[in-house]
Amino acid sequence: MNGLLIWPILLPLAGGVTAIFVRTGARRSFYVALASAGFHTVAGALLLWHVHLNGIIATQIGNWPAPFGITFVADRLCAVMVMITAIINLAVTSYSRADIDRSLIRSGYYCLLQILVCGICGAFLTGDIFNLYVWFEVMLMASFGLLVLGQSKSQLDGGVKYVIINLLATLLFLTAIGLLYGVTGTLNMADLHEKVPLIANRGLRTAIAMLFLAAFGIKAALFPLFFWLPAAYHTPPVSVSAIFSGLLTKVGIYALIRVFTLVFSVDMSYFYMLLPAMAALTMITGVLGAAAQNEFRRILSFHIISQVGYMLLGLALQTRLALAGTVFYLVHHIIVKANLFLVSGVTKRLQGSFELAKLGGIYRSHGWIAFLFFIPAFSLAGFPPLSGFWAKMILIRASLDIHAYWLAFVAAAVGLLTVYSMTKIWAEVFWKPAPETHEVAEPMTAPNISIWMLGPIAALAMLTIVIGLGAEVVFRFAFQAAEELNHPEYYVHAVLGKR
Amino acid sequence: MQTLCAILVGVMVAGSVYLILDRNLIRFIFGLVLVGNAINLMIFTVGGLDSGRPPIIPNLTTAVQEPFANALPQALILTAIVIGFALLSFIFVLFYRAYQDLGTVDTESMRIAEGGSDHQAPMAGPTEGGSA
Repeated sequence: MNGLLIWPILLPLAGGVTAIFVRTGARRSFYVALASAGFHTVAGALLLWHVHLNGIIATQIGNWPAPFGITFVADRLCAVMVMITAIINLAVTSYSRADIDRSLIRSGYYCLLQILVCGICGAFLTGDIFNLYVWFEVMLMASFGLLVLGQSKSQLDGGVKYVIINLLATLLFLTAIGLLYGVTGTLNMADLHEKVPLIANRGLRTAIAMLFLAAFGIKAALFPLFFWLPAAYHTPPVSVSAIFSGLLTKVGIYALIRVFTLVFSVDMSYFYMLLPAMAALTMITGVLGAAAQNEFRRILSFHIISQVGYMLLGLALQTRLALAGTVFYLVHHIIVKANLFLVSGVTKRLQGSFELAKLGGIYRSHGWIAFLFFIPAFSLAGFPPLSGFWAKMILIRASLDIHAYWLAFVAAAVGLLTVYSMTKIWAEVFWKPAPETHEVAEPMTAPNISIWMLGPIAALAMLTIVIGLGAEVVFRFAFQAAEELNHPEYYVHAVLGKR
Repeated sequence: MQTLCAILVGVMVAGSVYLILDRNLIRFIFGLVLVGNAINLMIFTVGGLDSGRPPIIPNLTTAVQEPFANALPQALILTAIVIGFALLSFIFVLFYRAYQDLGTVDTESMRIAEGGSDHQAPMAGPTEGGSA
């Protein structure tokens, strides 16, 4: 048993369980959650360090040998995803100190938050496809709870849509697992890598692959399946939308990467014709949808969709450089997107609205908040030397390498349109004079922006800059992660031992 | 037997798709129950429907005797049933609460979350109350 693989799951679970017992005290449950998130970050860092030095590690739960028991595995991609999850957990937990009401805490806010993170880390670390389904369910249940906590009308409305579509995705996932088990007789992903090429019935194999694509496509909000996301993500409290936007769709992308590099790694060329088209359409519809919006969080929600398209692009191209681009993009995007949502919470606190028309003048009144928005926003749009520039550049370079010029063009054009949305927010919220309409302006001469709110935003913005300036280190790591993804033998060897 | 089960799964899925596509949330729930059972039956069927002994090693031997039943699909179904039950009870509460607050079970008339900034943004006024 390798404890490093277990702690990132156990610590948030323990934190969540403890938080439910102390939920009547707002401050107590906050400190429990903060401690849990802090230990989780340490565990994530240790795992990342160990995997970076020693390569893929695997452990068999209960010491049942590999294809029979449940395996936990960490390659570089898993480890870095766990690390980023822990960072976002820490940032959002601290932000919640100032953002979340006592009544929500009493209903178990911190408990659900930690259980959500536990489910996400479980999904990243498991090496068994049915176990992946179970972790998805853990994550879903916690996210359902968080989304409707507070029970405003718009939350219930968005919640109904979110719950319906995500349940259907889960059922598709379960169907795919059932069929896959029926034709291969195994659930261990490393074992599946060896058994899937032996499936005699090609048609059935394609059908199963399509079921997986549809199931994870809904989770990741890919092109024809994304409508639930902008319907729901702007309704809950800011902390909740920040952690959702950072992590949930990315679990879908991770599952797609895992399934289509490890399990279905055989000649699926017809299938890989589909992915670039989906990636391009996801990018375009997302960014155009954002251009039509006038609400801070809804603009950001549509941008999640267009950004997910970039990540799918890397998977669709299948080259080592492209996969490295996807890994880089995941790391960059999670930090930046969660940070933008956190900033939207600060402007809401200052001026009481998410509607662009009702916001304004923040650059004049709070210049440093404008600065903290500027960094993640233009990193998202891809300005050098921020992290988004390098992520986009790697992906465009990868598409040029294999002469997919139209994909490179789409990626660059969507980057440009992202600038349009970000400058729209910049101009409306920060630059234009504050709207003088109602009594909104004066009663809060000194709106209280707590350090618990600004601290996480500043830290994440700093991280964006560090990734941008130290791009070479991150890129080298991403390239090694991509090498592991391109050579599933390493993964299989780590899980099943010598063959 | 296998064919019969396959046809049954097909019929159940077809019926549940019809129910799930309905705008009425109550019908959606029935569709969800039906499709959950259909998928469990499917897992059961693909696991093999032959009659075998329980996969238990008898006393004084070291291996199970040959025609033995595969226990894994049942374990999978059991997990799926438990999870499905939890989700279903959550959905019942959520839909009931949504019915109380929004006054409808018709998904077409649930427009509060998206109506606000989409269509009426310039006028802004009346929809704000919903999200407050």
